[in-house]
Amino acid sequence: MVSHSEIKEQALRISIQGVTKTYGDFFALNNVSLDIEAGEFLTLLGPSGSGKTTLLMVLAGFIRPNQGQVFFGSEDIVLKPPHLRGVGMVFQNYALFPHMSVEQNVAYPLKLRRKTKDEISQGVQEALDTVKLAGLGNRKIGQLSGGQRQRVALARAIVFKPKVLLMDEPLSALDKKLREEMQIELRRLHDNLAITTVYVTHDQKEALTMSDRIAVINHGILNQLGLPQEIYSNPTNAFIADFIGESTLLPVEVRDSTPRFGESIISVNHDVGSDGSYVLVVRPEKLLLVTDESTAPNRFPCTVEESIFQGESQLLIVRLDTMKSGDKEPYRLNVRIANTSANSAVIPQVGDSICVALEKVDSFIVKQE
Amino acid sequence: MTAIVVNEINIKSLRQQETKERLVMIGLTIPYLLIVILLIIVPIGWLFGTSFVDQDGSFTFKHYVRLVESKAYYRIFITTFEISIFTTLICILIGYPLTYFISQLPRRFANLCMIAVLIPFWTSLLVRTYAWLVLLQRKGLLNNFGIELGLLSEPLPLMHNMTGTLIGMVHIMLPFLILPLYANMRAIDTDYLKAASSMGANQLRAFWTIFFPLSVPGLLAGSLIVFVICLGFYVTPAVLGGGKVIMVSMKIQSNIELFFSWGAASALGVVLLVMTIAILYIASKFVSLDQMSSRG
Repeated sequence: MVSHSEIKEQALRISIQGVTKTYGDFFALNNVSLDIEAGEFLTLLGPSGSGKTTLLMVLAGFIRPNQGQVFFGSEDIVLKPPHLRGVGMVFQNYALFPHMSVEQNVAYPLKLRRKTKDEISQGVQEALDTVKLAGLGNRKIGQLSGGQRQRVALARAIVFKPKVLLMDEPLSALDKKLREEMQIELRRLHDNLAITTVYVTHDQKEALTMSDRIAVINHGILNQLGLPQEIYSNPTNAFIADFIGESTLLPVEVRDSTPRFGESIISVNHDVGSDGSYVLVVRPEKLLLVTDESTAPNRFPCTVEESIFQGESQLLIVRLDTMKSGDKEPYRLNVRIANTSANSAVIPQVGDSICVALEKVDSFIVKQE
Repeated sequence: MTAIVVNEINIKSLRQQETKERLVMIGLTIPYLLIVILLIIVPIGWLFGTSFVDQDGSFTFKHYVRLVESKAYYRIFITTFEISIFTTLICILIGYPLTYFISQLPRRFANLCMIAVLIPFWTSLLVRTYAWLVLLQRKGLLNNFGIELGLLSEPLPLMHNMTGTLIGMVHIMLPFLILPLYANMRAIDTDYLKAASSMGANQLRAFWTIFFPLSVPGLLAGSLIVFVICLGFYVTPAVLGGGKVIMVSMKIQSNIELFFSWGAASALGVVLLVMTIAILYIASKFVSLDQMSSRG
């Protein structure tokens, strides 16, 4: 275990201040400011084209912003060329040198630093051990599986003990099972090495799994920065609510500081701002099956349209009985019920009229965009 | 019981179908086979046969014996290899930096540059060679210009010698080096260089340790094409060498036109062909021949 003060000593704090990057009229990054704590695992999360990779490339030094400063510790490095920044980087396609063996790839950064032969072979061994590839040093890159390549790329990025580790969607080429294993492993590795890590992904589940904090970026703008739980439970706008987790957005009207869906009042877990159009964010796993007599707030009478077996859970697609005037289509909600043996009796059939409810603590609304 | 009968019929008809498809494939290949036999196998066999026939029609080894014994032939082969090697080396010296430069340009400009490389490539060989004649001769454009500017006191001997031959050959051969090399360089992922620089390599270091080794297959393929074509080249050395630089191909021509010795000419042709095949065979151990054709 590494104590907090030790991490502070080894790792670098990164401070991004007012960074803007434009391509013609297009703002790839629009005045982004962001502080990354020493030793933190921070994920830049956003859809493709959101600017998250651009921000990573600004940190690596491959893209120079039009405006703004980037501090590693107390040093402004915005004008420093990439090869002097000392950051470890894992590329999306790994960028392993095909004309070198695994060992030569991992030794490359050490050779550049003019280490002695012994130091190099020791460093390479350590790095390969760390990523569990000991014994594969003589392999050619072409002989490795996707997962092994990923590990070599990681070993190469950490072998020279950089103070900052940048990763650009490193797991996107792996299949689901391997990806989920690697998420846990990368996180464990980060905890052991205590490197300030900036991780780029478009996979919200990956971000939730791995990160200390998540920065959600869309259209070049930093939308929200917070703990995974905060981002999931209290998204600050409809885009994040929709992007993170599964959710259905129900339109609600706020009048006299009271949210209403149709005529029914919706109780929410936070103070409501100004009157206007909002959406209620409904997570499928938060919906409860209740009886008609239930006193639970935020009840929605509905009819089961589809019932889909998904292994660990049953997904119900239900049609709300309530329709607001002027609506052409009825509203639908997704309801997820865990497939436990206790639940098997209560799972309704297609066509059943049921009632679902959302607890007040699970209810929140965000401004309609 | 019926099920088994159905199965047997099924196996039979599947087998028949397979045979039928195989016959169709063979049928489709026949025209190609005929072309190869008529245009390649037969002429080469003929060439081979002719090389063993004396003037009076009798069988003889004398053409080959003369090739081995005669100092003149030895000299001609040396000249041929010298010119081919020098042309290839100069092509590499000019072509590699040029191709690197083009490959680093944005697509649009790179395509323009490649068109500039290709236009002379598509222009008639003869036209280009005679254009060099105009430029290089004693009272040609270059010499006149040099004298008028006072850079030269007397005309440089730029043609009817090795210099002229090399200038012309390099110009003709350059695209053969650039095309496969360009394809190779374009295919080198720029992320490799980014990765190198993230690990601390400056641009020069990244170039020599990453880019250059990855471009070697393209360079070898291009060089091999240039070298092999040079070995049998005729027009340019004949015109610009002015009879003073004699390569194998020119000796073949003079054997036929001056001495009417089809046998001697054929023997030279066979030796050149065998050498070329041998070089390609040895090279194929180092260079993927795919790179020379499909991707090149």
